[in-house]
Amino acid sequence: MSTYTLPFEKPILELETKLEELQTFSEDQSIDVSVEIERMQEKIRETRSEIYSNLTAWQKVQIARHPRRPYTQDYIEDITSDFIELHGDRLYADDQALIGGFVTIQGKRLMLIGTQKGRDTKSNLKCNFGCAYPEGYRKALRLMRLAAKHNLPIITLIDTPGAFPGIESEERHMAEAIAVNLREMFSLPVPIIAIVIGEGGSGGALGIGVGNRLLVLEHAYYSVISPEGCAAILWKDRAYADKAAEAMKITAQNLLAAKLVDAIIPEPIGGAHGDRKTMSATLKRHLLKHLRRVEKLSPTELKEDRYEKFRVMGEFREQQLVPEPLLPS
Amino acid sequence: MALFGKKNYSTVKVRKHDIPDGLWIKCVACNEIIFKQELDKAHGVCPKCDHHFQLSRKERLDLLAEEDTFEEWDRELYSVDTLGFTGSASYASKLESNIKKTGYKEAVTCGQAHMGKHRVGMAIMDFRFLGASMGSVVGEKITRLFERAMEKKLPAVIFSASGGARMYEGMLSLMQMAKTSGAVERHHGAGLPYISVLTHPTMAGVMASYATLGDVIIAEPDALIGFAGPRVIKETTQQDLPEGFQKPEFLLKHGLLDMVTHRKDLKQTIIGLLDYMNTPPQEQEESSR
Ligand SMILES: [Zn+2]
Repeated sequence: MSTYTLPFEKPILELETKLEELQTFSEDQSIDVSVEIERMQEKIRETRSEIYSNLTAWQKVQIARHPRRPYTQDYIEDITSDFIELHGDRLYADDQALIGGFVTIQGKRLMLIGTQKGRDTKSNLKCNFGCAYPEGYRKALRLMRLAAKHNLPIITLIDTPGAFPGIESEERHMAEAIAVNLREMFSLPVPIIAIVIGEGGSGGALGIGVGNRLLVLEHAYYSVISPEGCAAILWKDRAYADKAAEAMKITAQNLLAAKLVDAIIPEPIGGAHGDRKTMSATLKRHLLKHLRRVEKLSPTELKEDRYEKFRVMGEFREQQLVPEPLLPS
Repeated sequence: MALFGKKNYSTVKVRKHDIPDGLWIKCVACNEIIFKQELDKAHGVCPKCDHHFQLSRKERLDLLAEEDTFEEWDRELYSVDTLGFTGSASYASKLESNIKKTGYKEAVTCGQAHMGKHRVGMAIMDFRFLGASMGSVVGEKITRLFERAMEKKLPAVIFSASGGARMYEGMLSLMQMAKTSGAVERHHGAGLPYISVLTHPTMAGVMASYATLGDVIIAEPDALIGFAGPRVIKETTQQDLPEGFQKPEFLLKHGLLDMVTHRKDLKQTIIGLLDYMNTPPQEQEESSR
């Protein structure tokens, strides 16, 4: 696995290098430096905690895109005891950027659907860098309907830069595939929990994102357009992506404050990419907790709950027409 | 989500003594000089080459609704700058200048009107207002349109045009896609007809929500219709775009559209469709007897 360091993680890396040197030195020379080592480890913890508690929106975007960040497949491996993958949209193809199937989590049978990224060239070719085609969204809908038929709750894991903008996407009607998913997800009589685990890239994320609960990982982001895309349009320069990320208020914390998500799932200090095991365990705990709550709702209540949840999203001013008094008072 | 800044037509002022009070227009499609009055009479269709220009809300209403039947809904909704968006220009100032420019408070006008004998819930989007991008107000008005149409058991007819989501409202704007689609689902579930008319251009967030959810989807000729903007696709894929890409004929061939309809036939086509799909309640009762 590549050792990929984010620019703002450099101080941590430097300390870690020093620590390694110290350890090697003590082994080679048989000198006890355990006090120094302990001090160094403490310093690393402090530095990491310091950096990770003061992240900018743009730094969070970089964490969300970290190549070692756990992906859908990783969570499936870590938190399920059984996974039967189901393939294809029965219309055109099987899209490996959007995968899904039956899973068992702590004895609970569910349908899990998620966008999948790759870590190397081969896997990225297979799953198109996590950018699904229309057939991905249509497969997702097929699986969600299957879940509804057999009364299984649906979990969706969202991690995509966006739906793929290509010629074929238009020929096979990406817009229609996403729109139909949005409409149909409102009609499903089973609980739906959507979790943004990394990148929540616009319509491509929302296309599997209409849930009774919307959860987001601490350093994940969810945005109407990529920061680079926004910068290109509004600042005429992609280099202003950091400003765009800040302005659009895309972080988990921003979204919770705006009441657009229900809860934040905390990441280990240093981010999910630093400690996959802890991250998976935390995600599993939160997922089951929220699932228990929505499972109490009847099919009708579930649909009502989902409608009301999105119905109130929107900020505007409505000026009531005040009738003029007939006579000056 | 690109904004379409390109003007739809350029106006050419001709010297006064040649044509008194004459305003002529050069057609962007055929380059012919056409008389503005003639263009207006043809509801914005070039008399030389049939190119469909964008219509204003009033022109669209005059073309489609029976005279004096339009009753506006939710007129007093204003957008607010919740994010305090400071980009190259502030959202607040953009809103102000667009309200001044268009004389409208937002990018969509909704209400009820008669089309033939059918009373319908109608929405007309106006590209001139911030590229008719969908923010909270557009999303709310479209949602209310479907909700109200459901209460009144009316069909919905929407004339879409949009560059996509409104970036200035961040995630609130993306969520309007879900909100409006949820409202379509309820209206749809009530068995009511929805006709979606795609005009130039209908893209991204609006296209990936209510605009593609019509029982029948009609496109006007010359409209650009799609999910991603052509420039984004070109940049991402480094491929040349096929001839007529994202144009109505292309989309008809690829199975998205029910039909491409010339503007002169649009009203009759919609009425004809509603004759099949919009059975008034009393007739329903009779036929079930
Ligand atoms: Zn012409």
